[in-house]
Amino acid sequence: MLKSLLVILMSSVLVNNYVLSKFLGICPFLGVSKKTDQAVGMGLSVIFVMLLATLATWPIQTFLLDPLGLGYLQTIVFILVIAALVQLLEMVLKKYIPALYQSLGVYLPLITTNCAVLGVTINNISDGYGFVESMVSSLGCGLGFLLAMWLFAGVRGRIENSNPPKAFQGVPIALISASIVSISFYGFAGIIEKLFA
Amino acid sequence: MLKVVLIAVLLVGGVGLIAAILLSVASTVFAVPVNEKEIAIRDVLPGANCGACGYSGCDSYAKALANDGSIPANLCRPGGNDAMVAISGILGVEVTESEKVAALVQCAGDCDSCNKKSEYQGIDSCAAAKMLFGGPFACMHGCLGCGDCTKVCEYDAIHVVNGVAVVNRNKCVACGLCATACPNQLIDMVPVKKVAVVRCSNKDKGALTRATCSNGCIGCMKCQKNCPSGAVTVTNNFARVDYSKCTGCGVCVEGCPVKCISMVQ
Repeated sequence: MLKSLLVILMSSVLVNNYVLSKFLGICPFLGVSKKTDQAVGMGLSVIFVMLLATLATWPIQTFLLDPLGLGYLQTIVFILVIAALVQLLEMVLKKYIPALYQSLGVYLPLITTNCAVLGVTINNISDGYGFVESMVSSLGCGLGFLLAMWLFAGVRGRIENSNPPKAFQGVPIALISASIVSISFYGFAGIIEKLFA
Repeated sequence: MLKVVLIAVLLVGGVGLIAAILLSVASTVFAVPVNEKEIAIRDVLPGANCGACGYSGCDSYAKALANDGSIPANLCRPGGNDAMVAISGILGVEVTESEKVAALVQCAGDCDSCNKKSEYQGIDSCAAAKMLFGGPFACMHGCLGCGDCTKVCEYDAIHVVNGVAVVNRNKCVACGLCATACPNQLIDMVPVKKVAVVRCSNKDKGALTRATCSNGCIGCMKCQKNCPSGAVTVTNNFARVDYSKCTGCGVCVEGCPVKCISMVQ
């Protein structure tokens, strides 16, 4: 049991990294990765929201949509629930932890419609995970997102100080380096199964 | 068939309704009291977040103004007079006039007039260029032409033209970021009215200045003697205009042998 959870966690961090292997959540990946501290802040908020979203959406799917045979409403209901949750979270943070709101506040609306969060919740269902497995998988995906953001912020910092050809400056060089970072993550494929075999 | 559609509609509608009720209840339960003045002040500030007021952004300046009556309302340079009048109105304090100013580069040593002592090929930054024997130009006090000011300007108002920075005074909001960035402190805020300005900051003796730059101020004192209102003074071998005294008569411009004084509007 513990071993299978560990496999889920590690594979969702490294092998099935949401940003670098599944190409979900590219918008914040390119948008908020200019500075390391901002990237880490965004990553931490995403972990939190992913866990919260799974906590809410897994019971909805299992106890509401599946018994009624309304699996096809999954996407729209999940979006609705996640958006409402993030809004609620924003209000609670603003009231009780203003310091955290100051640092995370700007990212929360960005996360509301983040495809990585929706992707995690839907993939948890389609992979047939139970509740605990779903939570572990969400944690792993969030950590993977944080890892990708943090690594890429470092890469972006190096690009800032270099002088690429004019045609590549800005978004083009960011996309090229993102693809190189992505290729490096393909090196992890197959490692996890061998590690825990 | 109808039943299936009905259940689906009810479910999505129900989830939406629950979320809506939850959020509207939460918005009153978790409401944070905000100073109304703060929001009103934040609305009249330009939102440039340049930091010229000394606060970390427009939000924190608005907060400071709303909570502390002793903070002057005229610190916002991009907002200028309009923002100051509006803030004073919100706070109910007396209006203190502030003159509209814009940045001006006090150097005219472009590639045609100022001699070069080296070809600089290092990091594209004035600060770096200055560290290498004071930059590529023979004049140690002038514009280095690498555009550190252009990089910090949020308004696309300052550009390097032919080796010297030039401000587009219509676009400039006088936030002062360029003045801070310039390693030779060449940029000053000059009132937007008809005044004489000296476009040189060379502290060298006249003969040396003449040998390095044809646009350089040689400190001949002619402008200081000619000025009817006593606005021009020569210190450290270059002239400066006191803009509060300058009447814009233009006597100094006519008399200048090196044509480094000119009129701006």
